[in-house]
Amino acid sequence: MFDFHKNHKILVLAAFLGFVTLSFIVAVFPAYQMQDVEPLPGQVQLTENERKGLNLYIKEGCVACHTQQVRNIEMDNTWGDRPSIPSDYIFSKERMDIWRQSPSLLGSERTGPDLTDIGRRQPSEAWHLLHLYNPRTVVGASIMPSYPWLFKEVESGSVKENNVVVNLPEGYATSSGRTLIAKEEALQLVAYLQSLKQVKLPDGQVEEFIPALKQIQTEGNKVNQGSASASGINGAQLYKQACAVCHQDNGKGVAGAFPPLAGSPIVNDVDPELMIRIILQGYDARSEYASMQPFADQLSDAEIAAIANHERTSWGNNAPEITEEEVRKLREFVENQPSN
Amino acid sequence: MNNKRSLITLLTLLLPMLILPQNTNISTDNWITSPGIIGTVVLILIVFLVAIIILLAKLNTYADTYKRKQLNKKGLEFTEEMIGMREEEIDRILEGRKKALNFKLSGDELGSQETVKDRKGLVNMVTHEPENPMFDEKKNTPIALETPEPLKKIVLYYLGTAVFWLVFGTLVGQYVGMKFVWPEMDSQPWLSFGRLRPVHTNAVFWGWASLAMIGLGYFVIARTSNTVIHNYKSAWYSLILINLAVLLGTLFLMGGINNGGGEYREYIWPVMLLFAIAIIITFWNFYKTVASRKIKDIYVSNWYILAALIWTTVLAIIGYLPNFQDGLGETVIQGYYMHQGVGMWFMTFTLGLIYYYLPSSLNKPIYSYSLGVLAFWTQMLFYTMIGTHHFVFSPLPWWLQTTAIVFSAGMFIPVVAGTTNFLMTMKGSWNHISKSYVLPFFLVGVIFYFVGSTQGSLQAFRFTNYVWHFTDFNVAHSHMTMYGIITFILWACFYTILPKLTGKEPPQVFVGAHFWLAFIGLFAYMMSLMAGGTLKGLSWIDGNAFLESVILMKPYWVWRAIGGSLMFVSHLVFAYNFYYMVNNKKPIENLDAPVLERVNN
Repeated sequence: MFDFHKNHKILVLAAFLGFVTLSFIVAVFPAYQMQDVEPLPGQVQLTENERKGLNLYIKEGCVACHTQQVRNIEMDNTWGDRPSIPSDYIFSKERMDIWRQSPSLLGSERTGPDLTDIGRRQPSEAWHLLHLYNPRTVVGASIMPSYPWLFKEVESGSVKENNVVVNLPEGYATSSGRTLIAKEEALQLVAYLQSLKQVKLPDGQVEEFIPALKQIQTEGNKVNQGSASASGINGAQLYKQACAVCHQDNGKGVAGAFPPLAGSPIVNDVDPELMIRIILQGYDARSEYASMQPFADQLSDAEIAAIANHERTSWGNNAPEITEEEVRKLREFVENQPSN
Repeated sequence: MNNKRSLITLLTLLLPMLILPQNTNISTDNWITSPGIIGTVVLILIVFLVAIIILLAKLNTYADTYKRKQLNKKGLEFTEEMIGMREEEIDRILEGRKKALNFKLSGDELGSQETVKDRKGLVNMVTHEPENPMFDEKKNTPIALETPEPLKKIVLYYLGTAVFWLVFGTLVGQYVGMKFVWPEMDSQPWLSFGRLRPVHTNAVFWGWASLAMIGLGYFVIARTSNTVIHNYKSAWYSLILINLAVLLGTLFLMGGINNGGGEYREYIWPVMLLFAIAIIITFWNFYKTVASRKIKDIYVSNWYILAALIWTTVLAIIGYLPNFQDGLGETVIQGYYMHQGVGMWFMTFTLGLIYYYLPSSLNKPIYSYSLGVLAFWTQMLFYTMIGTHHFVFSPLPWWLQTTAIVFSAGMFIPVVAGTTNFLMTMKGSWNHISKSYVLPFFLVGVIFYFVGSTQGSLQAFRFTNYVWHFTDFNVAHSHMTMYGIITFILWACFYTILPKLTGKEPPQVFVGAHFWLAFIGLFAYMMSLMAGGTLKGLSWIDGNAFLESVILMKPYWVWRAIGGSLMFVSHLVFAYNFYYMVNNKKPIENLDAPVLERVNN
């Protein structure tokens, strides 16, 4: 009866049924189950504008280079505070329209950074617009494509009040008398990127990273040494990760968008109070520059001290080093201040 | 005996530990000694070794040519000596030679007056049909196979359009690869990286490889069933549908309309529906042809080909049905779809083609039929389960990831069975390497089948995944398989069958140019991305700033672009070779006929 060699009907039927059965076990059933998740408390739906931005994200093929998944391994801790869980995708992964299915956001390649938490890491609209118009205006070594078609060059006189103007740095600037403004699409895409923030898990729930060996060892050493010096933290490296996209690796900033740190009176001030407060609370005092986000939630006291010391001693700056203790005191002071 | 058993028990116990180093102690300190990485290095060395062997074989041929030239030189010296001879002496030699030439046998030298008769048919019944060949044919002469004109035409059209999509698809790929080096090459929305990348992958998948496989499949199905194709008209319909699907899909993708960005299912469903209909039509056509076969057994090639068609139909339906694709359901299906697209469609179909074309090109039977059957069922069992290994450490269920990793290791069975079978078939015919490029193409394809698949299994293990996932190593792996395996074997089949269909063989130097450019290009491409990808992964693990991993990749991307250019140039040479083979309609004279006549008369 089961003579596959001579009976083509049995052969084809067996191959068909075998494959369908296995497919149900390994794909259809798990997929069906994975749909059954609850949103996290505090998780918000995408707004209309953000959803349009998500559609643009798919249209331009951003997923080819950017992942949106924090894996449960130590090295992915850079991209989020906790590993991604199914609930994280609940609002962004529904069918886009009748022609197009739910977007594939997890990605398979990280040619560019992971974007799970980009909205928290880089909340500045000005930065995102510059970066989309030409990534090399803010990140010199970037190989990301430019998206000039999301922007429009107009006569400077015809710029309306509700237009969002993009101030280009030297070398990229428009010809005189003309101004670059962001089209609606650019603003939608940026709105979507700004909305990408990891939601904190409700109290008591913990998702842990699988630690790397090095980490375990250094932590062990720390315990042994008692109160550890901050020397384990590399200020230059942290600066690169958290600050360099705006202030640049050489500390010179981007003219018209992000102020230089090299030679800055605030950085070189012997009294570090204002500098540390800016890092903790953010800064928006100068109209010619984009506003800076607060870093109090993202960086520890030791990390802030390490970064500040790197800034205070690099690029010709020469100010006395500060300690973790000073940062801790200022943080306490800032937190006890009534919010305005 | 007892020793052996305990050893096996020990291995069985250790195996899960080898392949499932679950969580603890991953570090970059001795990454070089991790089993996955050592395995990969060994595998690459195998490819390198094979390349050297092929090169040596070729060099050997050139040495022979040189020797022949030396002999010719000696002949020349002899002529000169003749010229220097005296006239009477030459006359005397000529006289003797004339006498010898005019000598004729009377026919009864052996003492018989009877005419020659061939009662047992030893001479008259010589056959070149595959069943029971009495002796091997000479290999390097193109033998025109009697092929029904409509079959020949449909095969040539499938292959012709496939060649077009290969050149188009790899032109796009080459362009996209150069954008890593010069990101500011253009600022057209429809030429931007994100839109062109799927154009490249889909064009070479659904355009080049699929059309080439189906075209070559038509010949296999008709030939091994010893009958005519069930319905030629539907073959034309599906040809048009597939080409239409790839054309429309390409235009949509460039226009920014894609199906949500899941790899290899970027075509929106109305476009993919055309493709699916074509696959179903083709399946029915093949199935009916096999059903009306004139021999009892179904040749193993047809197992693979029929299964590939039916599995792909199921796959397309599951991949595009919307009922279970919200939330992370989409991701589960994505892993399943992208892996089975490669495993159940390209790999299965191509294996079916090797089972016919490899023995056919060497004019001998396949080494083991049963191994082919074993590989068939294990292919179905193991390949289907491993899709989720594209999402190791992701938020997908841990059990699903573990299943994928375990079954990835299980892939060793079909891969080893297949490789053994093909290599044992080649055994004894290695001299073909120096005689033509068909066997080198097959050999590279088969070696990559082993290397690429095994490397893929190693990459699924958790440590190697830790280093390589998300890096350019993945791109290297997919080129190693889709290009090193599928494309090289398809080329081998092209060069096996086209001369027999059209009676025209391109100059060996052009086939050689195609082979070496493609092979060296692929090697440069894959080595640069593997090395760069590994360093990138290590840089991430060490916690360096992300931008540093971009900067360190730059030289490797340049090398990738160079390798890609070589590959693209080889496709132009291949397109020329194809044109050369199909352009000339003049059939070659049947070399066998005069031989038989000579014997008979």
